[in-house]
Amino acid sequence: MKASEIQALLDEPACTHNTKEKSGCAKPKPGATAGGCSFDGAQIALLPIADVAHIVHGPIACAGSSWDNRGTRSSGVTLYKIGMTTDLSETDVVMGRGEKRLFHAIKQAIDSYAPKAVFIYNTCVTALIGDDVGAVCKAATERWGTPVVPVDAAGFYGTKNLGNRLAGEAMFKHVIGTAEPAPVVPRADGLPTYDVNLIGEYNIAGEFWHVAPLFDELGLRILCTLSGDSRFHEVQTMHRAKVNMVVCAKALLNVARKMQDTFGQPFFEGSFYGVQDVSNALRDFARLIGAPDLTARTEVVIAREEAKAHAALEPWRARLKDKRVLLYTGGVKSWSIVSALQDLGMKVVATGTKKSTEEDKARIRELMGEDTKMIDDGSPKALLSTYHEYKADILIAGGRNLYTALKARIPFLDINQEREFGYAGYAGMSELARQLALSMESPVWAAVRKPAPWAKQSGPGTVLAA
Amino acid sequence: MAEIIHSKKALAVNPLKVSQTIGASLAFLGLNRSLPLMHGSQGCTAFGKVFFVRHFREPIPLQTTAMDQVSSIMGADDNVIEALRTLSDKSKPDIIGLVTTGLSETQGTDIHRCLRDFRTKFPEFAHVAVVPVSTPDYVGCLESGYALAIEALIETLVPESACVGKRPKQVNVLASAMLTPGDIEAIKEWVEAFGLRAIVVPDIGDSLDGHLVEAETSSLTIGGTPRSEIEIMGESAATLVVGPSLLKAGTILKSRTGVPDYHFAGLMGLDDCDAFTQALAEISGKPVPEKIERHRAQLQDAMVDSHFMIGFARVALAGDPDLVGMQVRFLTSMGAEIVSAVATHKHESLATLPIDKVIVGDLEDMEKEARLGGAQLIVANSHAADTASRLGLPLLRAGFPQYDHVGGYARTWVGYRGTRQALFDLSNLMLGQHHELAPYRSIYWADDRDGVSKQHVISSAAVGLVH
Repeated sequence: MKASEIQALLDEPACTHNTKEKSGCAKPKPGATAGGCSFDGAQIALLPIADVAHIVHGPIACAGSSWDNRGTRSSGVTLYKIGMTTDLSETDVVMGRGEKRLFHAIKQAIDSYAPKAVFIYNTCVTALIGDDVGAVCKAATERWGTPVVPVDAAGFYGTKNLGNRLAGEAMFKHVIGTAEPAPVVPRADGLPTYDVNLIGEYNIAGEFWHVAPLFDELGLRILCTLSGDSRFHEVQTMHRAKVNMVVCAKALLNVARKMQDTFGQPFFEGSFYGVQDVSNALRDFARLIGAPDLTARTEVVIAREEAKAHAALEPWRARLKDKRVLLYTGGVKSWSIVSALQDLGMKVVATGTKKSTEEDKARIRELMGEDTKMIDDGSPKALLSTYHEYKADILIAGGRNLYTALKARIPFLDINQEREFGYAGYAGMSELARQLALSMESPVWAAVRKPAPWAKQSGPGTVLAA
Repeated sequence: MAEIIHSKKALAVNPLKVSQTIGASLAFLGLNRSLPLMHGSQGCTAFGKVFFVRHFREPIPLQTTAMDQVSSIMGADDNVIEALRTLSDKSKPDIIGLVTTGLSETQGTDIHRCLRDFRTKFPEFAHVAVVPVSTPDYVGCLESGYALAIEALIETLVPESACVGKRPKQVNVLASAMLTPGDIEAIKEWVEAFGLRAIVVPDIGDSLDGHLVEAETSSLTIGGTPRSEIEIMGESAATLVVGPSLLKAGTILKSRTGVPDYHFAGLMGLDDCDAFTQALAEISGKPVPEKIERHRAQLQDAMVDSHFMIGFARVALAGDPDLVGMQVRFLTSMGAEIVSAVATHKHESLATLPIDKVIVGDLEDMEKEARLGGAQLIVANSHAADTASRLGLPLLRAGFPQYDHVGGYARTWVGYRGTRQALFDLSNLMLGQHHELAPYRSIYWADDRDGVSKQHVISSAAVGLVH
C-alpha cells in the first residue's frame, strides 16, 4: 500500500478532531509504544466473519502468536476459528516464492474447507518483499470462483486503530455492494421491517445475543454486523441498510462515512454497554428511520427492558454503590463503559485516554465532568500510582494490564476482546456487576496483603516498578 | 458457625461413608512391617482389600479372623488367638493391628481379653506388638476408625516417659486420614527444611506411595513408621497434630509423654500453611528458609490469578469431616460459595466452619443440594462421578475411594505448592465448563444461512466434563 493511501486513511473527515495535532491515529513512538499493529487491528476487525477462510500471508510470527485468541462467538459455522497461514520459510522469502505459495494456500483452503470467501491478510515481511497480494487474489478468484479478498494491512503501516480502518477499507472496496439481500418475508405479526447495519460490533463472548432479540422484536433486520457472528454474504449486502450504527470503533468510522457518501445511509455512534446506552441506541435507530410507529414501540420495549434490568441489578447496586473505578481502556471504551459503571452507582475516578480521540475525550468530559483525571501514560507504574492516589477499588482494563493489577494485589476486571463474559445489553449488565463484585469482594486480597507471621517488616504495599 | 444437620432418611442412597474398620486398617497400613487383622467374617477383609487395592493400586496386606457360622454364634475368641498365632509365626510382623468389625462387636467380643489369652498361651510371640482397636462399622466413619487406631497405637506402643526434647530435632506428626501419601511426603519435606526430622504416624507416604521394590511379594507392609520410632515419640521436641479427628490421639500422647503439641485443622490455604511454617520456625529456632518463602509467594500469585475463576464459584463437596473442613475453609478463603457440604459423620470441628450448615449424609443429599444451589463443581470421591455426570458438572476427586482415576493417592493437596496445584486444577475445571451464552438466531435469517453442512462447527460446551 502506498504511503499516500495510508495518509488518506489517517485523514478521516468524519472525525471532527482531525485538524488537531494529536489525532486518533497518532504516530507510534519508538521505545514508548504499547498496543497492536495494523495487521492485528485488521484481523480483529474481520476475523469474526465466520464462514470465511482467514489466511495470514507471512512467516509464522503473525498468525502463530495471534490465532485462536479472540473472544468473538459464532451462532453457527466456526470456520473463522481455524487458523490459517502461509507460514513462509526463509527460502520462500529469499527466492520470492511467497506469491506462489499463497496461490496454492488459497486452493488448499478452498478444497479443504469450502469457504464462502477467502481473506488474505498481508503482513510485514510479505509487504516488504513486495508480494503482489492483490494480483494473487484476483488470479485466485478467477481461477476457483470463490471470492478472494486482499486485506492489505501489514504491521508496519501503523497502529491497530489504522488496521481496523484498513480492514474497513478492504470491505468497502471489495465486498460491500457485491450482492443483494434476500427480500424481506412479511412478518407474522404484520409489523414493518427496517434494514440496518451494525459496524464495529464483535459479539465478544456472545454478548450481542443479549441485544439481538430486541432488534427482531422491533422489526429491525440486521443486514450485517461488521463483524460479530456475521457471514460473508451479509457483508456484501450492507449497502442496502437504512441506517448504520457505529458501535465501538472510531476506527471503522471510515466505512460508515463512505457508505453515507456513496449509498446515502445515515449513521450514528453508540454503545451497548450500560442500560442507558442500550436505550439510547434503540432510540437513535427509531429517530433515524423516522417511523412514528417504530418510535412508539421502541419506547415500550425500552421501558420494559429497563425495568427488568433495574430489578436484576438492584442486589448488585447495593454492593457496588460508591465503589471507585480506575478505567484504562482504549478508544471508545473509555466512555462507553463509564456510563455502564455509573448506572451501577460506581464512581469512575480516572480514565485512560491514550487511544482516545479528541471526540472520545469530549464525551468523557460530558459524562464525568470537566475535572476528570485522564491518563495518557499507560505504564504500569503510572496506572498504579493513579490507582492509589485516587483511592480506587478496582482497575478495569485490557488483558495486557491484568497482571499489573494482580502483581500489585488489586482487584481487576478484563474489558477487552479476549474476555470470556458478555457485558453488552440490558442482561449483560448483571454479568458485569457480578464480575466486578467477584473481584472486589474476593477474600484473597486481604490474604495476600497480610505479612507472613514470621515477617519482620510489614507486608507488601510498595508499588512495583514497571 | 455451621449448623450440623443429620439427614433423616431411612435409606442411604449413594453412600459416601466408609467403615471405621477400613479406617483403622488404613492407619496400620502406614506402619512398617505391619498387618491389619480384621476380626470378622472373611468378607469384611475381602471387601476392604479390594477397596484399598483399587484406591492405591498396590497389593495390600490384610488378614481376617474368618468368623464363620459356628464361631459367630458360639464365640470367636479362638479365631482371634489362632489368627494372631498364625500371623506371628508365618509373617513375623512387627505390629499387628487387631481391628473389630460390626459382626464381632455385635457378637460382643472382648478383644483385649483375647489378646491377654494369646499372650499367656504363646509367650514366644511376645515380641510381636498387637494393637487392639474396637471399630464397629455402625459407629463413625473411616476417619474416626483411623483416629481410634492411632489412639490405641499410642496407648499400646508409646511408653509413659518424661524425656521431652531429648531429641531436640525430632518432631512427631500425627497425620489425619485426609492426608494422602503425597501429602505426607510434602509434610516431611516441610519439616526437614527447618533441619528437623519427622516421625509421621502413620506414614502412608512411606508405605503406600507406590514404589517398586526388589521383593516381589510381601505379606506385610513395606515401609511406614517403624515401631522403634513410635517408641521414642516421647523424646521429641514437639508434636504436630494435623486434623481435628486426631486431637484426642494428640492429647493421649501429650499426657503420656508431656511433649508439647500444636494443632492444625488442615494444611491447605495460606493461613493453614503459614501457621504450620510458623510452628516449625518456633520449634527449630531457625528462620523460614528462602525456598519456603518462595513457595509462599508462588501460592499468593496463584491466589490472585485464580480468584477470577474460583470467586463466587458454587461448589458442592462431600467427604469425611477433616477433609470437608479443610476444603471448606480453603474454598471459602478463595471466595467460593459452598452450596452443599456433606460429611459422613458428625465431628464437633464441623460446627466451626464458616458456612451455614453441614449435612451428615450421603451423596444423594449432596446431589439434591447441588442441584438446588446451582453447583458448578463437585469435590468428592469417585462414587460421585455418576452424580457429577447427572448434574453435568466437573468432579475434582478427593478422599476415599478413588478407583476410576490413577494417582489420586499421590496427589499433594497440602502445603503452599499443593494448595497452588489445587487452585490451578479448580480453576481449569471452572474454565473447562465455562458457561457460554446461548446463540441467538435472528428471525430474519434464512434456515440455510450456514449452508446445509456444518462440518466446521466446533462445540465449545464441555458439560459433563469429569476429572
